[in-house]
Amino acid sequence: MYKIYKDSKGLVAHGVSACAGCGLELIIRNVLDVLGEDTIIVIPPGCSALFSGFGKETALKIAGIQGNLENTAAYAAGIKAGLQIQGNEHTTVLAFAGDGATVDIGIQALSGVMERRDKIVYVCYDNEAYMNTGIQGSSSTPLGANTTTTPTGKNTSRKDLIKIAEAHDIPYAATASVANLVDLRKKVQKAKDTDGPALLHIHTPCPTGWGFDTAKSIEISKEAVNTGAWILYEYEAGVRKISYKPKELRPISNYLKLQGRFKHLKENEIVEVQDEIVSRFHKFMSEL
Amino acid sequence: MQKQQETPTNMLENSKVLGPVATIFDSIHTGSWRLERPKVNFEACIKCGICEKNCPPNIITVHKDRVESVEIDWYYCKGCGICANECPKKCIAMVDERGEL
Repeated sequence: MYKIYKDSKGLVAHGVSACAGCGLELIIRNVLDVLGEDTIIVIPPGCSALFSGFGKETALKIAGIQGNLENTAAYAAGIKAGLQIQGNEHTTVLAFAGDGATVDIGIQALSGVMERRDKIVYVCYDNEAYMNTGIQGSSSTPLGANTTTTPTGKNTSRKDLIKIAEAHDIPYAATASVANLVDLRKKVQKAKDTDGPALLHIHTPCPTGWGFDTAKSIEISKEAVNTGAWILYEYEAGVRKISYKPKELRPISNYLKLQGRFKHLKENEIVEVQDEIVSRFHKFMSEL
Repeated sequence: MQKQQETPTNMLENSKVLGPVATIFDSIHTGSWRLERPKVNFEACIKCGICEKNCPPNIITVHKDRVESVEIDWYYCKGCGICANECPKKCIAMVDERGEL
């Protein structure tokens, strides 16, 4: 199908112009490794568009389309409907969008897909701002984080995407993180086997936007899980199940002090962020 | 109907393609970005494969049967240092790219 100039081990090219230490690169490799060659990918503009390539070159060995920001889910649903008309039930349709293209701009298309029960896999890699256009804040940016549009720190909490999915009562939704790749791959496999829309919300460390050393990507995402800033859980057939429960929540300063975007926070503001995260975690645990 | 754009892909020998589509699978030389280079101490390496799993460009191969167990593709390594940071034995060090060999 494609003319291969420089071959790679998996379905994704090795030399892609994602920043050094990018969490997204690790995610797309693992997701496509599990889904396999029989997949059609829909990518909106954003960091993930680096993988759909430029001009006549691409970095993916599978078929794909680069759509618009606001209708990634609608594209995927249309492709699935076309395949079903042709009698093709085996091909997986994957929508691979960032947090801006999911929780802000593309939320109506995603809501439509979840309501119509289209059988697609929707992956939202969440790097907590519009990184590709220069770190503008999105509705997924956490409380207190500095971005170019929230220079003194965002003063509201983040939007909870999985709860929106739960409100649509879809068959499968889950959060994942690069901190635990085994868990991530297991959830992608489950999403593939789901009969209906499946949503994965994946925490993605971004060295450029968050302001940390490129070597610390995995360390920071592990810290996010251990401090309760990111909760790993699944929502399957109406039941919530936690995938990894930290024995004791570590102080949030462990997570904040590693990143440049929280550098401006004063002691009392750190306490505020800590309270928000701990209360959200306890609320989540009480609703299990 | 709107006229299709004239692109080199319309003139491919194996198939007729209409519209602007990608037909070439290619990689860029990301190894040229590297400022620091991972250097493995092969004596301390336990060949667990954690560096291989966590490498974003997926260019590390761990050979269990070789003394020089960790093979890195220098054409693509961006020198991010995740392998050195995640190594449980801390046997990978980041050295200056233009320093000693």
